[in-house]
Amino acid sequence: MLSSDITRRSATTTAPASARTTVPLAKLIDVSKCIGCKACQSACMEWNDLRDEVGENVGVYDNPTDLTENSWTVMRFNEVEEAGNLEWLIRKDGCMHCEDPGCLKACPAPGAIVQYANGIVDFNQENCIGCGYCVAGCPFDVPRISKKDNKAYKCSLCSDRVAVGQEPACVKACPTGSIMFGSKEAMIHQAAERVVDLKERGYANAGLYNPPGVGGTHVMYVLHHADRPGLYHKLPTNPSISPLVGLWKGVTKPLMSMGIGLAVLGGFFHYVTRGPKEIHPADQRDQSED
Amino acid sequence: MTNHWVDIKNADTILVMGGNPAEAHPCGFKWVIEAKAHNKAKLIVVDPRFTRSAAVADLYAPLRAGTDIAFLGGLINYLISNNLYQAEYVKNYTDASFLVNPDFALKDGLFTGYDQDKRKYDKTSWGYVKGADGFVKTDPTLQDPRCVFQMMKTHYSRYTPELVERICGTTQAAFLSVCKQVGTAASTDRVMTILYALGWTHHSQGSQMIRAGAMVQLLLGNIGLPGGGMNALRGHSNIQGLTDLGLLSTLLPGYMSLPGDKETDYRAYIDKRALKPLRAGQMSYWQNYEKFHVSLMKAWYGDAATKENNWAFDYLPRVDVDHDIIRVFDDMFHGKLNGYIVQGFNPLASFPNKAKINAALAQLKYMVVIDPLATETSEFWKNYGEFNPVDSSKIQTAVYRLPCSLFAEEDGSLVSSSRVLQWHWKGSEPPGDALGDPEIIATLFQKIRALYKKDGGAFPDPIQNLTWNHRNPFSPTAEELAKEYNGRALSDVFDPTDPTKVLAKAGEQLAGFAQLRDDGSTACGVWIFSGCWTQAGNQMARRDNTDTGLGNTPNWAWAWPANRRILYNRASAAPDGKAWDGKRKLIEWKGGKWSGPDVPDMRPDAAPEQNVSPFIMNPEGVARFFAIDKMAEGPFPEHYEPFESPLDKNLFWPNSAQAFNNPAARIFKGDREQLGSHKEFPYVATTYRLTEHFATWTKHQRINAVLQPEQFVEIGEKLAAAKGIAHGDRIKVRSKRGELIAKAVVTKRLRTLLIDGKETHTIGIPNHWGFKGLTKNGYIMNVLTPVVGDANTQTPEFKAFLVDVEKA
Repeated sequence: MLSSDITRRSATTTAPASARTTVPLAKLIDVSKCIGCKACQSACMEWNDLRDEVGENVGVYDNPTDLTENSWTVMRFNEVEEAGNLEWLIRKDGCMHCEDPGCLKACPAPGAIVQYANGIVDFNQENCIGCGYCVAGCPFDVPRISKKDNKAYKCSLCSDRVAVGQEPACVKACPTGSIMFGSKEAMIHQAAERVVDLKERGYANAGLYNPPGVGGTHVMYVLHHADRPGLYHKLPTNPSISPLVGLWKGVTKPLMSMGIGLAVLGGFFHYVTRGPKEIHPADQRDQSED
Repeated sequence: MTNHWVDIKNADTILVMGGNPAEAHPCGFKWVIEAKAHNKAKLIVVDPRFTRSAAVADLYAPLRAGTDIAFLGGLINYLISNNLYQAEYVKNYTDASFLVNPDFALKDGLFTGYDQDKRKYDKTSWGYVKGADGFVKTDPTLQDPRCVFQMMKTHYSRYTPELVERICGTTQAAFLSVCKQVGTAASTDRVMTILYALGWTHHSQGSQMIRAGAMVQLLLGNIGLPGGGMNALRGHSNIQGLTDLGLLSTLLPGYMSLPGDKETDYRAYIDKRALKPLRAGQMSYWQNYEKFHVSLMKAWYGDAATKENNWAFDYLPRVDVDHDIIRVFDDMFHGKLNGYIVQGFNPLASFPNKAKINAALAQLKYMVVIDPLATETSEFWKNYGEFNPVDSSKIQTAVYRLPCSLFAEEDGSLVSSSRVLQWHWKGSEPPGDALGDPEIIATLFQKIRALYKKDGGAFPDPIQNLTWNHRNPFSPTAEELAKEYNGRALSDVFDPTDPTKVLAKAGEQLAGFAQLRDDGSTACGVWIFSGCWTQAGNQMARRDNTDTGLGNTPNWAWAWPANRRILYNRASAAPDGKAWDGKRKLIEWKGGKWSGPDVPDMRPDAAPEQNVSPFIMNPEGVARFFAIDKMAEGPFPEHYEPFESPLDKNLFWPNSAQAFNNPAARIFKGDREQLGSHKEFPYVATTYRLTEHFATWTKHQRINAVLQPEQFVEIGEKLAAAKGIAHGDRIKVRSKRGELIAKAVVTKRLRTLLIDGKETHTIGIPNHWGFKGLTKNGYIMNVLTPVVGDANTQTPEFKAFLVDVEKA
């Protein structure tokens, strides 16, 4: 995508370009069709040239056991038994591409996180300063800081593929069509159709997960139990951006900017009134002998 | 598969039993999801484990590993006693009305004719009653107590929900809810498919489990229908091709069979196989056996196969006994083999009782391993600590490792579970010194032939006279081999109804097996593949995916036989020639011929009133509930316990010790002594594959290794709590044969079952790990498994045996 597709840029106040138009896109993950085969994980590694470590088994099917800088998506397997009825709920975890991205809001590095007009939230590692604020700012606990280069990584929704009209790699690889991709409108429509089917099959609370607390997401889920997203490996029921990020961007940031401005101004007046700092020749000699 | 992958989308109900397609066949499983999404299909999964298939099922029922016949017998009983069967189909298209030989009976769990010493049946009484005309006697009312239907009804009346619960551990409620859903498919407008795989074949009575499934499908009238069928999901990408080519010790290509060692007379050999119809007007397609056989011999021996020498009949090896892998390794273990060529498989990892395989391989003077990977087998002699504790200094076997290309580095065809032969082109050259398999084998053959030429030998003719018309005799191409298995005319082939009309000129590729002749004028390497590479070119390379209806794509690649996508499809129409179900019109009788979106499995001009029945490969013309003499352990599937069982008796036959395990299953001395008792090994174990890996190959691949990096064993929460085992603990699993240590996956998905009132736990043991590759080194799972096979196929009982577990 081009820089003119960027609608939001971390730590930047200049207005975005507006010449080009696009429609908001979304990935829809139908959990009720997912068989946990990990083809999406495999495709993600292949397309993005990521190779995580060969890890270990910790007593579950999940592997790698968590998101890492090299694993931008992982399957979360959850065994839920209620009233003798067992379900194995399998959720593909990764960046939700929030409409109102907490990571971008929290990021102090200009241009390290951008949001495109189609809704994709992307990290630009060349601008990343590795502060980890994006991790704190994410309501879904997604970004990971690399120990190797101290930069933040997460799913890009294959912005490079999408830019040339292709679906993300995970969507292409999914054998059951559990992962779909298209305009957000079409995906919401698709989800509605699936919810009808699930309700007919006895899932009275089936529904779409597109949480309003983050302005909706560009990665959405069809859940059999939309009333209890927490069943799916602690998917937050009503995610929102941490109030600390709100504070930082809301009240604190102008105050801080004002503080920086005041400091500069103070320095200027200090210089004007007191002149430059002079070093005594004796002090200089002492230093050179250290 | 009788049907094909895409066709699953036409099903109303999908019964997954003896398989786990979401994990083992995830790409094909998309059609199950499609049936659910757009055909409102219900998915039933019956499995000892709550699998990833069960995760998306509408209905799941657990059962104890190895008790599938008890479950299916109960299902048959339910369908018959509740009148939930397709009566017209059963009456017209099966042997339900046939009268059974009066001497045939079942007593104490054994059918008539059992010889305990040989563990074999004399099958003389296992047949139908024939009239003076040579045809079978029938009772179309199905009321005669000796007709197949009544005998089947009586046989399965013992399979009550109560006994199903006691044997399988499936609660009656769960069992009956499965029965109820299956029963919906008895009406003509509802169809069920059965998907199964190694979960049925890997038992000492695996073939009978599959037969029991097929009987359910026949009762429901579902064989031959779109969305129906018995669908074997094959375990390797080209294992269908392996069976088609006859790579089993007693077979010839295209499901023909080698002569036995007493079959010295050519005519008798043919007549035994060219079966005459058992009812008037039936096709009995195997009547053409000689055409297929002579064409095969002409393909192999050309001018050396003549009418005078019975088409080189004496060149064929004679079968003394099945040389299946269990027997071959037993022979090797006893020092009866001194050389072994291992091509494209990993027996040390894949065969039961690894310790025995280790000892057997050490008896060899030499072993040649042809493989793209450095397999465990090729390093069986090397000490890998606890994972392969051998003393290398005591092993003298010379091992030659010949690196070969992988499938993606070769041109050729693969046969899918759908029987579709699809051509593929190499993606890259093989690395290093690797050669293609045909090149390696051809070079070996040329050397052997040269030695025979130089030194003579006892019987050089079959070697010296073998047809070898390859441009480069050391490297036959895939195209050359494919054209050979399609077949060609050696001299002009004429139309039998019009001898002036030439169907194929000498030298031309044949259009299909209907052109094969028994006079030596045609050559064909695999008769069922005939039609795949015709005068019009390579049909397997076609890529037009136009749907001609119901998901049939006849111009995409090519399916055997005759590009037919659904076998027995004549049965999709009622006897009057109209489809049973208006929305499932596959073939119908219209305008004096059979036509529709699929190639008719019927003589195209056989009018319905001629009553040519759909099951043209059977001399009866109909499908068999009563298997006559075709199965080793009886004409009706009967439940027997696995060779290692948590029970002391077969609950159907509590007083018959002989009926405890499959009475016709072969077990060698030494292997029987290695069976454990539930007193020492109280838990039922079952083995399986995971989505993340393919057999023992993909652990050599980084991404697969990342996705499932380390060996584990699954254990239910209740047993884990009792043993103090937590997630990720190391646990030791022991059987009578050996032990392994692995991480514990503690799960709700392995239920504690009540078997005859006793709490019974299941231990789940995934395959895949070993001491070569990129995953963490682990034990070969087959240190645990018993050496006993299915009575018909000798496929080992990997899926049900006994173990003990403890915290390591």
